[in-house]
Amino acid sequence: MRTAVVLSLVSLALLAIPLVAPAYYVTLMLPFMAYGVVLLGLNLLFGYTGLVSFGHALFIGIGAYTGAVLTTRFGVRQMELILPAAMLAAAVVAAPVGALCVRYVKIYFGTLAFGMVFYTFLLKFYKLTGGDEGMRMLRPWLLGSEWAGWSKTAYLIGPYYYFSLAVLVLATLLMWRIVRSPFGLCLKTIRENQLKAESLGVSVPLYRWYAFIISAAYAAVGGALLATPTGNVDPTLAYWTHSGNIVFMVLLGGFSSFFGPLLGAFVFIFLQDTVMSIFPYWRLIFGAILAFIVIFAPGGLMGLFARRRPVEVPRG
Amino acid sequence: MTANIVNILMGGVFHAAILFLVAAGLQVVFGVQKIFNLACGSFYALGAYSGVSAVAYFTGHGGPPTLFIIPLALGGLAVGLVGVVVERGLLRFVYDRDETFQLLLTFALVLMLEDLIRMTWGTAPVSTGGLYLTYGQARILGATVPVYNLLVIAASVAIALGIGWLLTRTAFGRIIRASADNREMAEALGVDMRWVYVRVFTLGTMLGTLGGALVIPATAAMSEMGIELIVEAFAVVVIGGLGSMRGAFVGALVVGVLRSVAISVYPELEMLLIYLIVIGVLLWRPRGLFGAATA
Repeated sequence: MRTAVVLSLVSLALLAIPLVAPAYYVTLMLPFMAYGVVLLGLNLLFGYTGLVSFGHALFIGIGAYTGAVLTTRFGVRQMELILPAAMLAAAVVAAPVGALCVRYVKIYFGTLAFGMVFYTFLLKFYKLTGGDEGMRMLRPWLLGSEWAGWSKTAYLIGPYYYFSLAVLVLATLLMWRIVRSPFGLCLKTIRENQLKAESLGVSVPLYRWYAFIISAAYAAVGGALLATPTGNVDPTLAYWTHSGNIVFMVLLGGFSSFFGPLLGAFVFIFLQDTVMSIFPYWRLIFGAILAFIVIFAPGGLMGLFARRRPVEVPRG
Repeated sequence: MTANIVNILMGGVFHAAILFLVAAGLQVVFGVQKIFNLACGSFYALGAYSGVSAVAYFTGHGGPPTLFIIPLALGGLAVGLVGVVVERGLLRFVYDRDETFQLLLTFALVLMLEDLIRMTWGTAPVSTGGLYLTYGQARILGATVPVYNLLVIAASVAIALGIGWLLTRTAFGRIIRASADNREMAEALGVDMRWVYVRVFTLGTMLGTLGGALVIPATAAMSEMGIELIVEAFAVVVIGGLGSMRGAFVGALVVGVLRSVAISVYPELEMLLIYLIVIGVLLWRPRGLFGAATA
């Protein structure tokens, strides 16, 4: 009940923001929604399956570059085509990468290496990828319309905002269904007790592999959404520190809660903006925050709010 | 032709000597504390900046330029004592946690140290200028190699031998190996783990800071150097095998030399080749070349 009330209030606020908030804050909501999609997927691995990927920025990069390549090289401008293409590209890469990572190694080692392969490829193969300058991401069409008469800001805080919001809501509903399905319950069983899951006939590598591919597709959608507001994609999107930052966001919000990662993305984006406007060394502050969370509040912000249920901290 | 090959090889071995120091720090900490310390690259950067400052102070106060290597090494080693603070102030809280949280705590350190370095030394690169040429150049098979680079390679090999001696021939080394093998048993036999952890972590930190200090005369210190090096050190330990000193040594040589060869033959390949090898090793031999079978 309480969740329903909070959710309706949040939805109303999200719908109203472009009408009431200054344009600057509306544009800040765009990376929040993009990262929101990324983190929903990442938390399927981290929170629900108990795996951490320290190279997930690889898939953000794939999504963003898919958008850039399609709009600049192939003249495909419809966002409704770009997003599925990004998901497909990520899934094609995630299938072999995931198969290797979930079977053979601790997951962050495998994904970190693949992430760096992609990063160096983007950086070094200048003719194909634009090197460290990256590529332009042309303004995508939404709902079949070019929005030609709209200035960049008007486009971003108007149609693009609502389009992103729709994608985020769809992604949230879908993930809600996934984690509550028998499939989602199997993932949780694997996290809680791998041996028991195996003896009940759950194929642990197979389920981890599915989760890996789904989370990669989510990250690619987020990456494509992320590229439009900046209008440019560059290799740092796939760099390992970016992977670290998104795991940070999940932990900040709370990995053991469904909505925790969304809260984490929101707080991260807005707090980063606030801190940077006062003090240029935001990493110092954020590093201290991360250290504090790891040591004292591993349940993240959601864990602090929801004191009623004790937060389960996995112990090694 | 031979001169070219020697140049490429010596450049690779010099880089390997530095990489070995950082990777050795990573390995000793992973071996005992089971923490993969992402911040070892940040310690390397910290050592580099401290080395530059120590040398600048030394020459600024009339120290003879030929002795610059002494303040350089001392500066690098001294700042390694920050390891005591990090271990007692942060890491000791998470030893019984899941490794994800340990990894993220070291990532928090990466973020903090990167900006602490920017705050202290600014964003522009700093260097010791041409000081390292005071030792002159040596001619090897027609190639000219700075004597300083040869000194660093020799120092790194000496440190590798020293670590080997420490681990196998001293009481402290036996305690380290026992703790790495079986922590409970070591504790039951009366080893104070707090004592072991703080020393091991400080040793690991000092190896990283010393590596950073020694590399700096041949290049310039930049605030991103730490986050760039950690992925190379990561490649070294995956190729060599996590927790293995011999693995760090061989892995550093593989990464250092191959990178140097790739840069001169086909520059686009540079680190791409290294990561492809990492993936190959992960596939073919996930525990690395020298890793323990259980890892």
